[in-house]
Amino acid sequence: MASRAALAALTLLLLVGCAKPLRDDLYVLMPDQEGKTGVLAVESGGQQAVLDRPYASARVAEPGRVQPGTVSEQEARQAFGAALGAQPARPTSFILYFLEARDELTPDSHQLLGRVVDEIARRPAPEIVVIGHTDRVGAVPYNDALSLRRAERVHDELLKVGIAADRIRVAGRGEREPLVPTADEVPEPRNRRVEINVR
Amino acid sequence: MRRVVLSLVVVGAALAPAPALAQEAGHVKVAKGAVQIERAGQKVPATVGAAVQAGDVVTTGADGSVGITFLDNSLLSAGPNSVLTIDRFAFDSTTHQGSFESSLKQGTLAVVSGKLAKQSPDAMKVKTPAAVLGVRGTEFLVRTGDATR
Repeated sequence: MASRAALAALTLLLLVGCAKPLRDDLYVLMPDQEGKTGVLAVESGGQQAVLDRPYASARVAEPGRVQPGTVSEQEARQAFGAALGAQPARPTSFILYFLEARDELTPDSHQLLGRVVDEIARRPAPEIVVIGHTDRVGAVPYNDALSLRRAERVHDELLKVGIAADRIRVAGRGEREPLVPTADEVPEPRNRRVEINVR
Repeated sequence: MRRVVLSLVVVGAALAPAPALAQEAGHVKVAKGAVQIERAGQKVPATVGAAVQAGDVVTTGADGSVGITFLDNSLLSAGPNSVLTIDRFAFDSTTHQGSFESSLKQGTLAVVSGKLAKQSPDAMKVKTPAAVLGVRGTEFLVRTGDATR
């Protein structure tokens, strides 16, 4: 009985040994900056591996031969060093606040503008999207115009410090996208803002 | 009066942005060593700031690597000897709906998914010659290659 099991194991070993991998495929799920992961489904020739933990991996030696496993962080960094080294800077965003009914930044936000400029300056080929918002005081068309004026104000400030105009896109969303939902005609300082997306 | 209105509409149409702009999917942010973009049979060097469109094939040489930021904030970066095709890219910046399909024929790829994958679990797919990857809002690595060569 024992010898039969040994024979079976040997046969299996030979079979696996004979089936030389045709492919060198490796798929690895990475933790995000907060250490969390999403889910990656690796489907090959009707077989599937679902990766849902940091550094969970799947190797595919040929279509349909999917071998789940785990790699160390070091192994991942080694095998994918150049690809990880070429990763672009993460897109980021800032919020600047405005005085009521005006296109004038609050003093705090005026200071933050300097940090926005630094962030843009350290990025290669930066793309900037500036989106203006208002609170719900005033009519919709008035707020559409005010939100755009706010966005254009930030746009002008960015031009002043030497950021190229063709890098910046500007939009006004009026009172449609409040950060803090309110009833109509309620003043809300946190909704008088411009969002600056930098990537 | 009607004729005047009509001609104004035509002028408006002529001033509308060129449709070519709508095909833009992303921009090269990092380029090291030999990196090329193949578009409609033409090869151009992929320099920092170059636009990437659906249909483009991005290739890196033995010393090359490239990083691309897409309009939905997806980040794709490829290591040396890679062949990456942007099969399809559509992104509605208001609803965050659309789709993003790419294939890595060979080489290595690091992916950080963006707004498309966050909005809809089936919006982003990465293919290799041996596998199809379904992406549920995540970061991952892909290596694919013929082991017999």
